[in-house]
Amino acid sequence: MVDESRRKFLKTTALVGAGITGLSTKTVKAGPKNILDENRMGVLVDTTVCIGCRKCEWACKTAHDLPTQPLDTYEDRSVFEKMRRPDDKALTVVNEYAARETEQFPLNVKVQCMHCDRPACVSACIVGAISKEENGSVIWDTDKCIGCRYCMVACPFQIPAFEFEKAWHPEIRKCDFCFERTKEGKLPACVEICPMEVLTYGTRKSLIERAHQKISLYPDRYVNHVYGQYEVGGTSWLYLASRDFAELQFPKLGTNPAPGVSEAIQHGIFAYFVPPIALYALLGGVMWINKKKAESNKDKEVHHE
Amino acid sequence: MSENMKAVPLPRRYFTPAVIVIAAIAVVGLLFVLARLIFGIGAVTNLSNEFPWGIWIGIDVAAGVALAAGGFTTAALGHIMHKEEYHLITRPALLTAMLGYTFVAAGVGIDLGRYYYIWHPIIMWNGNSALFEVGMCVMIYLTVLYIEFLPIVTERFIGRVNLPGFLKKFNNSIDKLLRILDKGLDKTMFIFIIAGVVLSCLHQSSLGTLMIIAGEKMHPLWQTPVLPLLFLLSAMSVGFPMVIFESYLTSKSFNLKPETHIMSNLGSMVAPLLGIYLSFKIGDMVIRQTFVYLTEFNTASIMFVIEIVIGIVVPLRLFLSPQIQKSPLGLSIAAFLVIFGVFLNRVNSFIVAYTPPYIFENYFPSIGEIFVTAGFIALEILLFRAFVMIFPIVSVPQHSGTKAKFSIRSV
Repeated sequence: MVDESRRKFLKTTALVGAGITGLSTKTVKAGPKNILDENRMGVLVDTTVCIGCRKCEWACKTAHDLPTQPLDTYEDRSVFEKMRRPDDKALTVVNEYAARETEQFPLNVKVQCMHCDRPACVSACIVGAISKEENGSVIWDTDKCIGCRYCMVACPFQIPAFEFEKAWHPEIRKCDFCFERTKEGKLPACVEICPMEVLTYGTRKSLIERAHQKISLYPDRYVNHVYGQYEVGGTSWLYLASRDFAELQFPKLGTNPAPGVSEAIQHGIFAYFVPPIALYALLGGVMWINKKKAESNKDKEVHHE
Repeated sequence: MSENMKAVPLPRRYFTPAVIVIAAIAVVGLLFVLARLIFGIGAVTNLSNEFPWGIWIGIDVAAGVALAAGGFTTAALGHIMHKEEYHLITRPALLTAMLGYTFVAAGVGIDLGRYYYIWHPIIMWNGNSALFEVGMCVMIYLTVLYIEFLPIVTERFIGRVNLPGFLKKFNNSIDKLLRILDKGLDKTMFIFIIAGVVLSCLHQSSLGTLMIIAGEKMHPLWQTPVLPLLFLLSAMSVGFPMVIFESYLTSKSFNLKPETHIMSNLGSMVAPLLGIYLSFKIGDMVIRQTFVYLTEFNTASIMFVIEIVIGIVVPLRLFLSPQIQKSPLGLSIAAFLVIFGVFLNRVNSFIVAYTPPYIFENYFPSIGEIFVTAGFIALEILLFRAFVMIFPIVSVPQHSGTKAKFSIRSV
């Protein structure tokens, strides 16, 4: 009995505490939907085992009804001559970085949306068309989007792409972490097809543990850096690599969430509409005083005459 | 001097050779707008996934909003500070702001991939988004500007409603409606005037917040947490120069005597405003130690130096000179430099400073983008001329001495 009531008490205090912290951090978080879920999913990409077969590219296009050549055409490795970026026709691409003298194989790096924990695109979107979902995915809502492309300006990884050639109803395209597939309990298409187990799907928490385990088990194989653990406040996709990430053309980013400064300023200017209303009242007062002054001056002039 | 000044329509021949050239530019611009609507943004512009925003945002929207600041600065001076001698410049400034913001909206409209969803922000809110704030403020401010302009319309038409043909029978009732409207507006105008100033302060600064989220993608010479303050200060310092420059152009174009007295009075207020802007700009550079980037010789550093020296330092010196203060030409040259400086600042902030991590091809505006921007500016000039000829905007000396607002209505 006593124990139970005590537990209840603890529970409520915990709830109240959570509520208070929830309230106080609300202004910092990007939208009410974005109270991050403890068990949000992620993918750990071990670039050291990727062979650049690009089957993930094919699987992604197939899963998203994008036009694609047959799978066997993906064996053509000449595409690696140029660095490629995801766009509206390919939501993920694999790039290749030449092997260094001491290495046997070139390095391949798969690129797609990082699914940030504090996404700049979600904060920026004028109509709230982009949202961070409970399972970690950052997805885009076609019914809201007005095509302003502010998400593209905001994204630190330069990921969202726009259908520039479409005159009617162009879309913002980016990796959606296979939101429709994972909802049905399936794996993301790229994770499912990967023959080398480069991609590990799991809760972000467990993936971070696993990544550090790998690093400590094979310190010669990996640099001691899990890209995405802290970058811009953390991302759902995490990377392991055998050399500095800057050499693999990952943007060098700080640990502060991308929308942090902008949201702080925004909420500072609009703190419960107090500053605008105060300014309005101030200007109104100044206007009234000046008008009175002008009127009394006029009266004096009349008296003088 | 202002005692016998009165705003009247200026009846002139509309088309002069210069106006025909401007009209031609406007037509070409509109053809490119049509092409954008039919073939899409990609067909007309050089925009890409690397550079999602170009001059339609950098010039039409960002610079357009800044250069329409004459509206709220003169409203603050003439109405809120209640300096009556400035009342004769509030109308041209109001017209510029009204047309300016109309074309800001037009610029946003064609730049939006889904322009037919432009109303979405009204019902789909995202309070975290600086763009949402800018969008809402501009929408409301545009409405306020139209309302502020209404008294000029009623003044023009009360007692003169003269519809042709069968519409004649409505003349009386429309006149009555205008009189009721005029009376109502006369009593409530102060609400809109204050609202206009508040809304301007809000979105002029939020326009600066807009690029903060771009973070590392924006060159450190411009990327700073005080961007909103810098944008507000620069908007405030470009307001009067806009009015001076425009008043000079109007007086030339319509063969009127330039308002030297008011122009130099306005000019004397520019120097302190520019000084504050400059000190914040330099202070920010010193505190963040971004001057190291000035030793690099590249587009960014050159543009930054031009922006500061030609756009702020030189005009600041000019506005402080007593000779310049007396000369309408000198004042308008100094004013033009300020306008150029703020214009360049917006272009720099939105286009030159934007360096995404992966660049395949650098952005330079296409012919289509340039013509649309030029076409919109041309249309604005054409409409300004038409409005000045139709409505009582520009004040000219009156000999009859009838100053009272209602005197014309009894005629």
